[in-house]
Amino acid sequence: MRWRRFVNAMVTLLAWAAGAAVLLPLLLVLVFLIRNGLAALNWDFFTRLPGPAGEAGGGMANAIVGTLMLLVLASLLGVPLGILGGVYAAEFPSAPLARTTRFLADVLGGVPSIVVGMFAYVVVVLPTRHFSALAGGFALGLMLIPVILRTTEEVVRLVPQSVREAALALGVPWWRTIVGVVIPTAARGIVTGVMMGVARIAGETAPLLFTAFGNRFWSWSPTQPVAALPLQIYAYAISPFPDWHRQAWAGALVLMVLVLSLNVTAHALAGDQAASPWGR
Amino acid sequence: MSDALLTHPHVARDGQEPDGAVMETRNLHAWYGSLHVLRGIDLSIASCRITAVIGPSGCGKSTFLRCLNRMHELVPGARVAGQVLLRGADVYAPGVDPVGIRRRIGMVFQRPNPFPTMSILDNVVAGLRLAGVCDRRRLAEVAERALRQAALWDEVKDRLQKPAAALSGGQQQRLCIARALAVKPEVLLLDEPCSSLDPLSTARIEDLMEDLKREYTLVIVTHNLQQAARVSDFTALLLNGQLVEFGPTEAVFTRPRDRRTEDYITGRFG
Repeated sequence: MRWRRFVNAMVTLLAWAAGAAVLLPLLLVLVFLIRNGLAALNWDFFTRLPGPAGEAGGGMANAIVGTLMLLVLASLLGVPLGILGGVYAAEFPSAPLARTTRFLADVLGGVPSIVVGMFAYVVVVLPTRHFSALAGGFALGLMLIPVILRTTEEVVRLVPQSVREAALALGVPWWRTIVGVVIPTAARGIVTGVMMGVARIAGETAPLLFTAFGNRFWSWSPTQPVAALPLQIYAYAISPFPDWHRQAWAGALVLMVLVLSLNVTAHALAGDQAASPWGR
Repeated sequence: MSDALLTHPHVARDGQEPDGAVMETRNLHAWYGSLHVLRGIDLSIASCRITAVIGPSGCGKSTFLRCLNRMHELVPGARVAGQVLLRGADVYAPGVDPVGIRRRIGMVFQRPNPFPTMSILDNVVAGLRLAGVCDRRRLAEVAERALRQAALWDEVKDRLQKPAAALSGGQQQRLCIARALAVKPEVLLLDEPCSSLDPLSTARIEDLMEDLKREYTLVIVTHNLQQAARVSDFTALLLNGQLVEFGPTEAVFTRPRDRRTEDYITGRFG
C-alpha cells in the first residue's frame, strides 16, 4: 500500500518534471530575449533605418516592414493554394490525385528551408536577374502551403457529414455545399491553420538569404531586395559592434513577440472551436 | 379521426389529386458495395397523406427513404436498380440531375442538423440563399411562412439572428423541417425525426405532421410502432430489405395479411 503510493508519487513527479522541462526552454528564451532585448528597444528602433556601420543608433524599421511585406507576399501564394488543396484532399479522400497531393505536401513540408531558398533562387531570382521581395515571398509561400494544406484538410474533415447531407438534401449543388456550408463551418480552424503557418515562416532566415537578400534602406517595391528581421538579426549578431548586438537582441524580441502573438491568437480561436457544440 | 380520413377522400388544397400516387417505386433494389439492402420494393406514396415505413433496425427503411431523393448514391459504393417515379418520371433516368430531384423531395434527418455557423433565420433560408436568391424581403417572407408552418415562429420570432445551435433539440428539429419546407418541396421525407427527442417534442412534431399533410406528401421512417399508428395513413413494413406488408395503417395494425407483420407488431421480434 505504501509502496503503491510511493510509485504513484514518483510517476506524478516524473510527469510533472517532463512537463516543466518542455516549458523551460521557451521560458529561458523569453527571459534572455527580454533581458537583452528590452534595453535596446526604443522609438528609434521602430522608426529609423539602420545607421552606418559601427555607429550607435538607428533602428530596424525597414526590416519590420520588410518582414510584414514578405509575409503578405507569401500568404498571397500559400493561403489560397493551401486552402484549396486542403479542401480538395478532404473532400476526395480516396482520389489518386488527392493522395498524391497529401503525400507531396508532407514531402514539401520536410524540405530543408535552405533548399526551398535555392529553388526560389533558381526559378525567380535567376530569370529576373534580381534579388527581390517577390523571390523571398515565393520561397516563404512554398513553405506555407503544406502547413495550411494539412490543417485545412483536417478541419474540413471534422465537419460532420450530417451538415453536408443537410445542404445536399436541400437541393444545393455539391460545389455550393462546399463553398457555402462546409468551408464556413470549418472557417475558424482554417484561420487558425493560416496563422500557425504564418507564425512558422515569419522567423525563417535560410530561404531569404539569396532571395529577399536584405536591404539597408527602405524598399517598397516587390521587385527589389527587401530587408527582413531574421536577416537583419543575423547580420547584426555576427558584426563586431556592441550596439548592433543589442539591436539584434531587440530584433529577436520583436520577432518573437510577433510569432507568439500569432500563435496565441491561433490557439484562442482553436480553443473557441473546441468549446462550441459542433467542435466536439 | 384517422378513420374519417381513410374513408372519405381528402381534398387537397393545392390542387394535387387526392389519394393519387405522387411517388412510386418499381422493383427497387439498393446495395452498399456487395451488401444487398433493398430487394425489390414496389410501393406507391399517396398525395397529401402520411406514409410510414416501419421495420426492425437494419431492415433497409432508411436506405429506402434515401433512395427516393437520390441521397443513397452519396455513400461511396452505393448502388440502386429499379425505378423511382416522381409524378410518373423516373428520378434515376439518365440525364436527370439529382440536385433538382432533391429540391423537389425534401428530407429531415434522424438527428437535428442545423448549420452550426448560421443564425436561425439563415438556416431557414439556406436552401434559397445557396441557390442564389438574395432578395432580403423575399427571404424574410419565406422564412416567416416556413417557420409558421413548422410551428416554430412564435418561439423564435424575437431571436431570428441568434445561432441555431442555441435552440433545444426539438426546436432544432422543427427548424430543420422549416428549412426543408422553405424550398417548397413536393414531398417531405422524415428519417426517424423524433428518435433523438423527448416525448413532448415528439408530440409537437407529430401534431405538426398532421398539419403539414394538408399541403405536403409525407413519408416517415420510424422504429416506433405507436408513432406509425398515430400519425400515418398508410404503413409499409420492411423486413430484410423486402416489403412484407403495405396498406392503410388501420388495416396493417388490425388485420395484417402477412403472418410476419402480426409477429412484428405484437412484439414477437424486432
